[in-house]
Amino acid sequence: MVESKQQWKAWLYLAPAIVLLLIFTVWPIINTVSMAFLEGYSGLTKAGGDVTFKIGLGNFIHVVGHPDFLQAMKNTILLCLITVPVSTILALLIAVALNAIGPLRKALQTIFFLPYVTNSIAIGMVFAAMFNVIGSIGTRRPVIVSYGIVNDIIRLISGNSDPKNFINFINTGSSYEMNMLVMVIYIVWNALPFKILVLLGGLQSINKQYYDAAKVDSAPRWRVLTRITVPLLSPMIAYVVITGFIGGFKEYTSIVGIFGENMGPVHDAGRLNTMVGLIYDSLELDNQGGASAAALILFGIILVVTLINLQVSKKRVHY
Amino acid sequence: MKIVLKNLTKIFPSRNKKSNDEVIAVNNFDFEIPDGKLIGLLGPSGCGKSTTLYMISGLQKPTSGQIFFGEDDVTELSTEKRGIGLVFQNYALYPHMTVKQNILFPLQNLRGEDKMPKEKMLEQAYHAAKLVQIEELMDRKPSELSGGQQQRVAIARALVKMPRVLLLDEPLSNLDARLRLQTREEIRRIQKETGITTVFVTHDQEEAMSISDMIVVMKLGVVQQIGEPQNVYDSPANLFVAKFLGTPPINVFEGEVKEGKLLIGGAVVLDVNGVEDQPVTVGIRPEGFILDEQGPLHCRLSNVEVMGRDVSIVSTHEHSLNPIIRSIINADHKVNIGGEEVCYSLKSHKVFLFNRDTEERIYF
Repeated sequence: MVESKQQWKAWLYLAPAIVLLLIFTVWPIINTVSMAFLEGYSGLTKAGGDVTFKIGLGNFIHVVGHPDFLQAMKNTILLCLITVPVSTILALLIAVALNAIGPLRKALQTIFFLPYVTNSIAIGMVFAAMFNVIGSIGTRRPVIVSYGIVNDIIRLISGNSDPKNFINFINTGSSYEMNMLVMVIYIVWNALPFKILVLLGGLQSINKQYYDAAKVDSAPRWRVLTRITVPLLSPMIAYVVITGFIGGFKEYTSIVGIFGENMGPVHDAGRLNTMVGLIYDSLELDNQGGASAAALILFGIILVVTLINLQVSKKRVHY
Repeated sequence: MKIVLKNLTKIFPSRNKKSNDEVIAVNNFDFEIPDGKLIGLLGPSGCGKSTTLYMISGLQKPTSGQIFFGEDDVTELSTEKRGIGLVFQNYALYPHMTVKQNILFPLQNLRGEDKMPKEKMLEQAYHAAKLVQIEELMDRKPSELSGGQQQRVAIARALVKMPRVLLLDEPLSNLDARLRLQTREEIRRIQKETGITTVFVTHDQEEAMSISDMIVVMKLGVVQQIGEPQNVYDSPANLFVAKFLGTPPINVFEGEVKEGKLLIGGAVVLDVNGVEDQPVTVGIRPEGFILDEQGPLHCRLSNVEVMGRDVSIVSTHEHSLNPIIRSIINADHKVNIGGEEVCYSLKSHKVFLFNRDTEERIYF
């Protein structure tokens, strides 16, 4: 009897959280799924009166037929496949280095953590300024106000002060590869702090005695890293990779931060669009059905990738 | 490979810079470990025995003093280059590697001339595994092994590269009593088979006595006595060593020397010619008592424990410094004890006298 009373109390304490979850998480999920299958669903149309929507896959077909769809898929997957491994490896090396040094560690840790607490739109604008070339570019006599700090550095190092010696990273006429390069640098840099934090925590919980044993076994540093640190850290690495992929598939703000709502350089708007970008586009067109369908497609992709990740990590992660 | 320790000292600085509570873990350790011998470093916890071992391994740097392997000064040499094998107290097997990978790991790190082809490595790994009898466990992970098996894997990993020196840090502390007995014999056997100079650390005197060629008894960083186990047991240098070695422990009495006689509680118990008159602490090994109705040492009998081979007699005496006196009497002839009192005479070579203040041995 005491037990059931206790249980009742437990439910009572959980109630506020459950109510909030039901209103703000469970109900929207149900709603999203149902909207996705109601063809041409729109909040405005519905508000207009007694409208019924046909049930079907029309929204999905509409999304897939969107002119940006393939490009958005390509961008999203490409960014994921490049930035997740690169940022994970960099974070691992930085974490190992941070773990090895004594003084200055706290200070460096703080510096590496700063991107995490900074607004990503703000960082995006700073990146845009760094890679920007301000002025008129093209066949006319160049009147350039600023090359941006990145080009300044390149010009300084190359020692070539010719006005035409600059790389067009993000301005009108820039190439897709350069756009992606800037995006990759930004996303990797932005993804580092969280990964470093997790990996550093993992490193600090590894028993120091394994390293003493490795010393006794005369293991060179590189082997210590690959044969001991990485395997012992593998649960953390798996966690960082899986959350990295999930975050990567939801990439959006970083592109808005650098390229603005155009999702690309002025001459080719939408070139850097992503899946989440498509969802926003649909919402702006008041096409909630389409947005829901796009969200479900994204959810499906993330689900599949995460399942693959889990499957791989089962084989690779020790313990 | 002999190991020479010269004035080896390790001081751990105090944590708090203002206070001056630095710890002298090892104080001026001077010893030459002969080639191919098994040496037991023995002492209570905090006596500096593990620190000494880790200084030999190179994992800890001495504050002063030198370490030689043979003729080579290795004091400044890093652990990686010393070519030692070390078995850690909790084994430190790499949890993500199989037994085979664990044993192969030191071989894979060999460089230069020592580098060997894969088949040779495997052969050597299996040879080491055979030595410690774990060939059938090669594909298991450490978490799937018992403590004793893990310990053997740790020994195999330490031995596989044929180290110049094998170091063992309390290797038996995680094993149950029976396995401990069995494993210590095995360590002895492996050491004899390989002839590798071996140093092992323990706080268990029985363990050290049973397998070591020589034991080093330490207390608070200072070496108390070095010698063959039997010699140290038979002739302890001071009260600490006498108390530390032997089970059951030595019985300690307050006594007095007067005119060449040893008195305990006023009764003359032994002739000790050549000792100046002075108050002394008397140590008597449990096997140093002889049941004797006319014996001079009268104790109050509290208990008789029959253990088959021996009889252990528990008694008390007002001048005993221990709460009880335990004597061990051979059970060959029938022991007939009754009443309230038990009387002993003493075997003089089992009786040790110590200075009351310095606790140093007084020889007679």
